[in-house]
Amino acid sequence: MKIIILGAGQVGRTAAYHLSREEANDVTVIDSNEEILRDLQDRLDIRTVTGNAASPRVLESAGIGNTDILVALTNSDEVNMLACQIAWTLYRTPKKIARVRSADYTSRDRLFGESGVAVDVWISPEQLVTEYVARLIRYPGALQVLDFADGRVRLVGIRARQGGPLVGEELRTLRVHIPNIDARVAAIYRAGKTIKPEGTTVIADGDEVFFLAASKDIRAVMREMRREEAPVRRVVIAGGGNIGFRLASELEAKNQVKLIERDPRRARRISEQLKSTTVLQGDAADEELLLEENIDSADVFAALTNSEEANILSAMLAKRLGAHKVMALINKPSYAELIESGSIDIAISPQTVTIGSLLAHVRHGDVVRVHSLRRGAAEALEVVVHGDADNSRVIGRRIEDITLPEGTTLGAVVRGEDVIIAHHDITVQPDDHLILFLTDRRHLEAVEKLFQGSASFL
Amino acid sequence: MKDTLLPVAHVFAMVIMVFAVIMLAPLVLAIWGLDPALWAFVVSAFATFVIGALLWLGTRRFKRELKTRDGLMLVALTWVALPAVAGFPLWSYLPIHFTDAYFEATSGLTTTGGTVLSGLELLPRSINLWRHLLSWIGGMGIIVLAVAILPLLGVGGMQIYRAEMPGPMKDSKLTPRIGQTAKLLWAVYAGLTVCCILSLKLVGMQWFDAVCAGFSALSLGGFSNYDANIGHFDSVPIELVLTAFEVLAALNFATHYLAWSQRGVRAYFRDSEAKAILAALIVSCLGIAGFLLLKGTYPDFPTALRYATFNVISIATTSGLHTQDYALWPTFAPMWMIFLSCIIASSGSTGGGIKMIRTLILAKQANRELNQLVHPNLVRPLKVGGSVIANRVVFAVLAFVFLYFMSVTTLIFVQLASGLDFITALSAIIACINNAGPGLGAVGPGSNYGVLNDFQTWVCSAAMLLGRLEVFTILVLFTPTLWRK
Repeated sequence: MKIIILGAGQVGRTAAYHLSREEANDVTVIDSNEEILRDLQDRLDIRTVTGNAASPRVLESAGIGNTDILVALTNSDEVNMLACQIAWTLYRTPKKIARVRSADYTSRDRLFGESGVAVDVWISPEQLVTEYVARLIRYPGALQVLDFADGRVRLVGIRARQGGPLVGEELRTLRVHIPNIDARVAAIYRAGKTIKPEGTTVIADGDEVFFLAASKDIRAVMREMRREEAPVRRVVIAGGGNIGFRLASELEAKNQVKLIERDPRRARRISEQLKSTTVLQGDAADEELLLEENIDSADVFAALTNSEEANILSAMLAKRLGAHKVMALINKPSYAELIESGSIDIAISPQTVTIGSLLAHVRHGDVVRVHSLRRGAAEALEVVVHGDADNSRVIGRRIEDITLPEGTTLGAVVRGEDVIIAHHDITVQPDDHLILFLTDRRHLEAVEKLFQGSASFL
Repeated sequence: MKDTLLPVAHVFAMVIMVFAVIMLAPLVLAIWGLDPALWAFVVSAFATFVIGALLWLGTRRFKRELKTRDGLMLVALTWVALPAVAGFPLWSYLPIHFTDAYFEATSGLTTTGGTVLSGLELLPRSINLWRHLLSWIGGMGIIVLAVAILPLLGVGGMQIYRAEMPGPMKDSKLTPRIGQTAKLLWAVYAGLTVCCILSLKLVGMQWFDAVCAGFSALSLGGFSNYDANIGHFDSVPIELVLTAFEVLAALNFATHYLAWSQRGVRAYFRDSEAKAILAALIVSCLGIAGFLLLKGTYPDFPTALRYATFNVISIATTSGLHTQDYALWPTFAPMWMIFLSCIIASSGSTGGGIKMIRTLILAKQANRELNQLVHPNLVRPLKVGGSVIANRVVFAVLAFVFLYFMSVTTLIFVQLASGLDFITALSAIIACINNAGPGLGAVGPGSNYGVLNDFQTWVCSAAMLLGRLEVFTILVLFTPTLWRK
């Protein structure tokens, strides 16, 4: 597919990396900063064009005429929307994705689409990250919680710990432990290596386990993997930027939230908009301030400022001062790897959270959701199967009869409103949503082929 | 050293194996024409493949993704080592030393076109085809070919591409993927070559001669399968066809692609290099024709214009085909031709030398400095063809031109010290570094590089490689930082 990415910021660069990594995509990146582009072109096999992202002349020189997807990721909502509109009005670009941050725009449904601004899909990285962090706080103990089928099914990553009833037992005993609940372990990582989950696999202390379950069953399954943690009550957020502010407003109804913001004016502004959150003006890495605000009794400390170094330092400090669980927003994958083995419990990578929503649109076949995992090495997909038993390689077959590529597990089937955890005797029907877990995304093409099978007959 | 060289050698091994496959072309011709060089090609192709395969197997352990410095190393290694392999059939069949075989192969691959062989028409056809084929492959670039056909060079390919493609600004790609860009360039190149060969056939050449001349013209090589070069045919239509295709080959192939995809010639008018090249060529042809008439070299203007046009354009575009022994013309004419060979060819063409774009940038930079003297507060960006050239590029061009002239000067001194006369040393080095072909004096069009001794031949080989890879890629091998961990 021919893809143009506007803006070579954090999100734009990550998108370029992930998209160009797939052989079938031709990626062109437009940005006004020549230096960044040159550096990017040295590392990725892409084309770069320097100039204003919303200028027709610049878009033309990037080959907008035969582009399939325009992804507008500059840091200005207005530029992104205008660029999409221009691409549609002048060049009839089939798919236009824009990053739109401001809830002012996104809360008005009629603004986008047929008669409005020509944006087919809008994504708001801040919103996605906020939801992600909120889910992590809702399920204490989870490393990752990812939604499928509008939140009916969730994929949860969790570190198994001594004390969970299933730890030290074979996987098949899960049904004995919790008889009324169905879950499927999709992948197990032990010391960085994948282990194929089978009925006889024994879960060890320290394993990173990914399982799929209906949303209501998640807590029960998590209890099997490690001792249940008390629900989070006290949350301290460092940084009152877009993400910190959104998170506070989402959590303040049910939790006791404190928010530390360095800039007095910003602190004042958000305090006017928040209801019950305690907004504090000060430095999140100030030991005295943290102690004064009883950091030692905080259940979660989330460092969400713009500066990843500041996030790391303040999170480490909070941990040392006694915060129960600390999270830090970190952009650089290398930093994330460094610190997750150390004193910070969870590293949140905004790009990995965001990139999935882009990847879903470039996949072949009807892919509705993609979550990038383990820094892009693994991937979880929600695929809709179309066709009938004659032209599809999956429809009408029992799951045990479908040969999945190596490292791929079929975790769940969503049929209408029902969530069916995938067992070998389930037959796939048309329009089922299948949820797949790939431990090695190099087999992605094979998976795409499997579900796309029908296309060649149409 | 081990960590740097072996992963590169692994990729290079694949290039060698591809080369063994290319050797099958003259081999098939040799079988078909039952010519005496058959065994030389059988042995060479086999040996080349075995060397490549052994190297590949031996370095398999060190396989990894290429980094920037690996890219430079790969290009340099390929160009330095491949002539040894390419010269193998020549060395095993002809009664020549390794030095001469290396020179001949280098001269082919770098599209220089100077030869050490004489009695070319008596050589087996397969040998002649091989010489021209080397030229043709070297024209668009071995590595660009490898990028086009070997998918493994995708990542990190930009550095490799940059190290081989001529010109100061190589960041513009025709397509987002480097592999596709390389394929397109090769497609345009091959397409033009076919057109040239068919046109030559149409104006009366034999198939084999047309293929050889076509390869030489498009690659701006200069090899011929006759000692008298194109003078052998003594035909105006042939000269016209070759002249036309030489000019096309001296323009940017990206411009050809644009023109073709837009179905119009507008792309050429937007290419400021193309305009400057055409203007300089027309003025030079007319001027030299007039000069030759004035000096009485040729009796009438049409004759003078005919010979001036073909030879001036050939040398200026760094092709080196010729119909006359222009070394015998009054000194101004051949000197002017050699001067043109330094600057005429466009970036992204198959020609050599400093390239027109650098000349334009430097001229405008000089003009900017002059204006600055008059208006000390002047703010004026450097523009070529309407687009602003970054200062970084200007600095790179200055550094390039300095290194280019220092290389020329140093090598000329080396040749003088080895005992060559001034005019031969000067013209040989300039003709080699510009990949033009014949020089003046002892290595003029009437003679060839066979008169040089072994040492002098090696110096010329080095000059050709320096010129083809635009100095930097070779010199970077001698920077200690490249080898440090």
